[in-house]
Amino acid sequence: MGWYNKRLAKSIWVFHVSASPCNNCDIEILDLLTPYYDIERFGIKLVGSIRHADVLLLSGIVNQKVGPMVQRIYQQAPKPVFVVGVGTCPSSGCCFNDSYNISQNREEFIPIDLYIPGCPPKPEAMIEGVVKLVEVLNG
Amino acid sequence: MSKNTIPVGPFHPLLEEAEYFTLQVDGETVVDIDLDIGWMHRGHEFISEQKTFTQSIYLVERICGICSTSHPIACVHAIEDVCNVEIPERACYIRTLVGELERIHSHLLWLGLAGHFIGYDTVWMWAWKYREPVLQMFEIISGNRNHYGMMRVGGVAKDVDPAAVPELSKILDMIEKKMIMIAKVANDDPVLKSRLVNVGVLSKQDAINFCAVGPTSRASGVPADVRRDEPNDAYGLVDFKVIVTENGDVYDKLVVRVLEIIESIKIVRQCLDKLANIQGPILNNVKEIPPGEGIGRYEAPRGEVFHYVRTDGTNRPIRHKVRAPSFVNIPTFMASCKGIPIADALITLAAVDPCYCCTERSLKVVDHNRDSLNINLLAASRTRTEEIRREIHGR
Repeated sequence: MGWYNKRLAKSIWVFHVSASPCNNCDIEILDLLTPYYDIERFGIKLVGSIRHADVLLLSGIVNQKVGPMVQRIYQQAPKPVFVVGVGTCPSSGCCFNDSYNISQNREEFIPIDLYIPGCPPKPEAMIEGVVKLVEVLNG
Repeated sequence: MSKNTIPVGPFHPLLEEAEYFTLQVDGETVVDIDLDIGWMHRGHEFISEQKTFTQSIYLVERICGICSTSHPIACVHAIEDVCNVEIPERACYIRTLVGELERIHSHLLWLGLAGHFIGYDTVWMWAWKYREPVLQMFEIISGNRNHYGMMRVGGVAKDVDPAAVPELSKILDMIEKKMIMIAKVANDDPVLKSRLVNVGVLSKQDAINFCAVGPTSRASGVPADVRRDEPNDAYGLVDFKVIVTENGDVYDKLVVRVLEIIESIKIVRQCLDKLANIQGPILNNVKEIPPGEGIGRYEAPRGEVFHYVRTDGTNRPIRHKVRAPSFVNIPTFMASCKGIPIADALITLAAVDPCYCCTERSLKVVDHNRDSLNINLLAASRTRTEEIRREIHGR
């Protein structure tokens, strides 16, 4: 699928999946779209429907209620789709590891390709993460 | 008359967080609304009881990323209420400074999202453009853009460098100019007015009946503000006005928030002036926290935050209860959404600035016969629904 990925990398359309985060990564993701950072200049665009998405931006610990929904969202996305875990929550669970409602194995619901750590990661870090993804797609 | 059900969510392009609304509509008119929550539930109260006091301040910071200093302030007030510690004057001003800057960034964030919800993306881009300097101020003060980590029991963690005050004042002047411009735009813009005036009206009586707090209640003519009613930290020492409007529609909620930003800028400026002049410690070390119980209140951008802490002399709280403002503001949808066209429903839902992360942090099922840890919340919720359904239908 090398030729497909190369075309994908030119203009990545992202869909934002908030799976029980604290809202902070979400507002930083939205911040990327506003004039100061403006990632639309790299062809990256936030889309309203999962069926248009090339990349899912996942934030939060994925609790037991939202988990099956996240799984369904992932199944609905056209493949190939890449999942970027934004923030510490998808990678390590942040401070919520002791919670009774956290799903211990998040990969069961949604396989994550790239992690951007930070609580919340700075917008610059998010841009760097997406640039790394683009590099991988370009081979 | 036929009724249709329109589901909105849990992942809807216009909703930033995952939540699930069910709108019952008759033609174009909303006749009933239901809300399914729990998508954001992380169990903060339970986790907090296993952490030490210092750790739980960082934990409550992560209840919500937008009001991420209101919860710590209310939490340290609750713990300070238990151990009766004096706060140094300089620390009071720093707390108020951070709290008010947060109000500015939160209201600007709401203003932008409200513009986005009504399809007026120019408002979104402008509001968020001027939100960015506020985050830069946070970066100068605390080193972080969000989740500042400034609060400690007995004071604050980090001092404001007096050398940074002129720069902060300069950024503040710029923001103030732009905010006055935005206030004028809100007053003049025909699109905003025709879209928002008399939409989603919450009457004064309804606001009182639903115990609405914060800008939601103040836009309906209920002058409730913890900053004035029960001043803590430096709020008794600074001069500010409580903004109250009468109509209770979405436009009034916008006006209250925009004018509150200008009031907050006034408070921040007074705090910066004081911080340039007064010297002193910023933290009183607390050696021991005695057994007892304490409450902490703070006026978050969305309304009153309430924290309750019970201690037993160890280094952990044995009970930590949080009441977030959106928890009481969300039920006002029942009054404000009925009878309005479906196109206005979403902006009405957004107008109270609901924060589901705050609301859903703590729903704990207590069943004394079973260990509460082993209960699957989702299964419990479904069983309960099934029971209610049987009760109603009699089978």
